[in-house]
Amino acid sequence: MLQVDGLVAEAGTFRIGPIGFEIPESGCVAIMGRTGSGKTTLLESICGLRRIESGRVLLDGIDITNREPGRREIGFVPQDVALFRSMSVREHLEFGPRLQNWKRTAIRDRVTELAEQLQIVDLLDRKPRGLSGGESKRVALGRAIASRPKLLCLDECLSGLDDDTHTQILDLLRDLVTSRGLATLHITHRRSEAEALAGSQIVTIGTAAEVSNCL
Amino acid sequence: MSRQRASNASGRDRLFFGVFGSILGLYALLLLALILAIAFLAMGDLTTLKKTLSDPDIRGSIRMTLLSCSVAAALSIVVAVPAGYLFSRFQFRGKAFLEGVLDIPIVLPPLVVGLSLLVLFNRVPFPGGSLEDMLRDRLGVGVTFRPLAVVLAQFTVACAFAVRSMKATFDQMDPRSEDVARVLGCSRFQAFRKVTLRDARGGVLAAGTLAWARSFGEFGPILVFAGATRGVTEVLSSSVFLEINIGNLGGAAAVSLLMVALALFAIFLVRWLGGRSEVFF
Repeated sequence: MLQVDGLVAEAGTFRIGPIGFEIPESGCVAIMGRTGSGKTTLLESICGLRRIESGRVLLDGIDITNREPGRREIGFVPQDVALFRSMSVREHLEFGPRLQNWKRTAIRDRVTELAEQLQIVDLLDRKPRGLSGGESKRVALGRAIASRPKLLCLDECLSGLDDDTHTQILDLLRDLVTSRGLATLHITHRRSEAEALAGSQIVTIGTAAEVSNCL
Repeated sequence: MSRQRASNASGRDRLFFGVFGSILGLYALLLLALILAIAFLAMGDLTTLKKTLSDPDIRGSIRMTLLSCSVAAALSIVVAVPAGYLFSRFQFRGKAFLEGVLDIPIVLPPLVVGLSLLVLFNRVPFPGGSLEDMLRDRLGVGVTFRPLAVVLAQFTVACAFAVRSMKATFDQMDPRSEDVARVLGCSRFQAFRKVTLRDARGGVLAAGTLAWARSFGEFGPILVFAGATRGVTEVLSSSVFLEINIGNLGGAAAVSLLMVALALFAIFLVRWLGGRSEVFF
């Protein structure tokens, strides 16, 4: 599904790579590393938000290394979720499908399906202001997968949640990965979270010492 | 013991709020006193007030003020939104220099801004004479001492404030939202238009208000570059000046009172609209 070959990326004076790994069809890989090791830079490079200095990113066998972010068929949930503050939850879920010119009825059906799946039916007409941390994560997740991307990229999207909400969202993600077969790249610095989602499919970045400290 | 400590802390808090509140109160009192002084003079002579406000020249001045300020504010927004966005989101060569250039109208004495415009349009050599000559001969548009000069003088100063205001707005917004929109399928411009600009509408309204208010109070650059010709380039601030010049202090106070009323109306209207912005956009 996703193949990353010798990827090198830069963010200012910071440089990561070369990094290589694969995510199989309907699989999940967790990227681990300490804070500042370049996990987010790696994810942003795969999403097309940072220029890749060298290496290749292949999705379903197609080279997307130099594609525009919006043409990569990737869903992205950043760490701070970054909801659009002037849009309702319903507009968040409609955003991706609208950009891809889905038919109105298809968009409506997809919003209904997602709202039920993510248990946010009651929130559809609310704006992000006032949503709880867990609700915001669900909305961000719905926005990311609404247009049925091939790959879901999660940047520490479970951080900052209380234990109960953390477990709920983790179960939801596990359901997306296992039952619905959505290939997922999950960034975290918590080993338990990485194992719960990705099993043994864990890629560590940073120096060996940094990684062992982190683990 | 603990009660005594609480009591001391409470006393210190009272002192803290007392000092800060007094400073705020004194300044607010000064501003209210200014408005009351004008109101006292204008309302003291109701005949002059009625006569001044029904004067065709003053009515023309009101129209000119409302029109020129609105055009200057709209132009300022057209410039401030992209400029503020670039300053807020990107690092580029010459950024510090450009930011300094944009501060010039803020720090320069207003008369100097007017004089600079006058010199730029009339003394700096351009093909065919001066910039004024070129615009008049090729496009049939006269600027200096005409209504266009009023708008240009107001815009030159107001726009700098609007850019600062828009930059502050974009600074407070999370650039991640644009990243998410781009991954979902937006081009950079679509992400700006569909997400950032939509989220920034309150800031656009605030920058527009600031530009309008700045234009409304502008006088120095208008006097030098556009003059204060009755019925042609007269705006309310120049009406006050003209009334004082002919010794009509009551008339000047009446126009000033009108300006205060219009300014307060504009401020409260926009604050109300700002509070309801989600309904309007």
